Amino acid sequence: MFLKVKGAEMTASSLKEQSPEIAARQNALGILAKASAQNLAEAWKNLGLEPSYTVIRPAEIGLVMVRGRAGGTGAPFNMCEATVTRCVIALDDGTTGFGQTLGREKQKVLLAALIDALWQQQEHRVLVETKVLQPLASAQEQAENETRAEVAATKVDFFTMVRGE
Amino acid sequence: MYVAVKGGEKAIRNAHKLMARDRRGDTNVPSLSLKQISEQLYLSVSRVMAEGSLHDAELAALGIKQSRGDLIEAAFLMRAYRTTLPRFGYSKPIDTAKMLIRRRISATYKDLPGGQLLGPTFDYTQRLLDFKLAADGEAPAPEVQEFEKEEVVPRVTDLLNEEGLIEPDEPIAPDAPVGDITREPLTFPADRDLRLQNLARGDEGFLLALGYSTQRGFGRTHPFAGEIRLGEVEVDFFMEELGFEVPLGTMTVTECQMINQFQGSASTPPQFTRGYGLVPGQGERKVMAMALVDRSLRAEELGEEIDSPTQDQEFVLSHSDNVQATGFVEHLKLPHYVDFQSELELIRKIRKEWQGKREAAEQELVAEAAQ
Repeated sequence: MFLKVKGAEMTASSLKEQSPEIAARQNALGILAKASAQNLAEAWKNLGLEPSYTVIRPAEIGLVMVRGRAGGTGAPFNMCEATVTRCVIALDDGTTGFGQTLGREKQKVLLAALIDALWQQQEHRVLVETKVLQPLASAQEQAENETRAEVAATKVDFFTMVRGE
Repeated sequence: MYVAVKGGEKAIRNAHKLMARDRRGDTNVPSLSLKQISEQLYLSVSRVMAEGSLHDAELAALGIKQSRGDLIEAAFLMRAYRTTLPRFGYSKPIDTAKMLIRRRISATYKDLPGGQLLGPTFDYTQRLLDFKLAADGEAPAPEVQEFEKEEVVPRVTDLLNEEGLIEPDEPIAPDAPVGDITREPLTFPADRDLRLQNLARGDEGFLLALGYSTQRGFGRTHPFAGEIRLGEVEVDFFMEELGFEVPLGTMTVTECQMINQFQGSASTPPQFTRGYGLVPGQGERKVMAMALVDRSLRAEELGEEIDSPTQDQEFVLSHSDNVQATGFVEHLKLPHYVDFQSELELIRKIRKEWQGKREAAEQELVAEAAQ
């Protein structure tokens, strides 16, 4: 949908050429999906933009069947379903934004979709990155590093006793 | 056989009211919030998510509250809820090597790369009731230590793979269909993808008992817990409108790799074989049992003799689902009056015939004695 609205006919090769752009967008969508609804709402407030938009696909809750792999790297199998919320909006210039997250979070995916759309606009990208994505990403990294540090403190080194000792 | 009944609406309504009152308990005690349940009873929440086959901690917490802590009833509520939602599609398979690890242990290698990380565990506790917890419930702040950040933590099974001493995961045909028991009823023999899906949502108690039975000699396994890991993995979903995969956020999963002896066969040298367990949330006992049962169910594939219940696909997979099992066992509570009436009449008739025969036999005996 995004590709169509942008008016660019995408072929496999042009998609490849654009892959750094896609990778950057995936990264942004990942940060937004990982953020809590509350943190995202705060970041949105900090951004201070109030774009007008139309809702293309209202926030809806559904299921994604999450897959694992036999043995970790083998054939895929269906582990369990997960609730997912998704939403699509369009800004006035036609740029579409996609919001999606695990869980049931209608407000969160609306904000994520708006941020995704604004990020695609050249005039807003830097602002979105500095006001929303970077602060969220560094908070997420900090939380992950706290976990790593706490878990590292439980690293164990057992001594094997000789039998009969 | 169950024959439908009608009426009783008022009594049923009143019974449910009474249940709701009992569920609430003493109103001088504060009502539980869902956050309290999902934060403080996370292992119950995990079990309900696994057996309800739906990842959503808040819904699982609601299920637990609504069912008064009956985890099978809560799983049932989750299964019922999921039928009301549209299916958006299937995720890309999660990559547990890229997990943000919160616990990772191996019973086979003392010094494994990445280290043995005990994480939040009941292991090595003395199982003494903690009256201090009853008094205040406040937790000490965890210790911290420097760490090396690793984006990818290799699995123990990958390490053994390098020596060729363990069977590798089977090569995957791209675009090979993946079975889904929520779409197609299970038929036998079932492939491993279907078996793993069934076991992932199977009853923990049932799988625990089966896994235990294989250790005690019903089926030949000599397992080692090659690796158990717990942590957060990213879930990616291909968005057709965008033409690329997008991350949906992270979910907690527990994974177990069991390693088992294998004597080898005509085509395969002696090596270690593997059983696999994976569930949403934190469910260590469940993934260990799942991995034991998964390995046992591979008996036919590995050319092993099938002589115990846990090696029998139909026995295991047809009885692992506690929602199904509950439905069939508990339907016995529903009115069976008509059915029982006919059984009553039948038993009266048979009894009469039996008595008639017995009296005839007695008379014959008396007659014989008189002769």
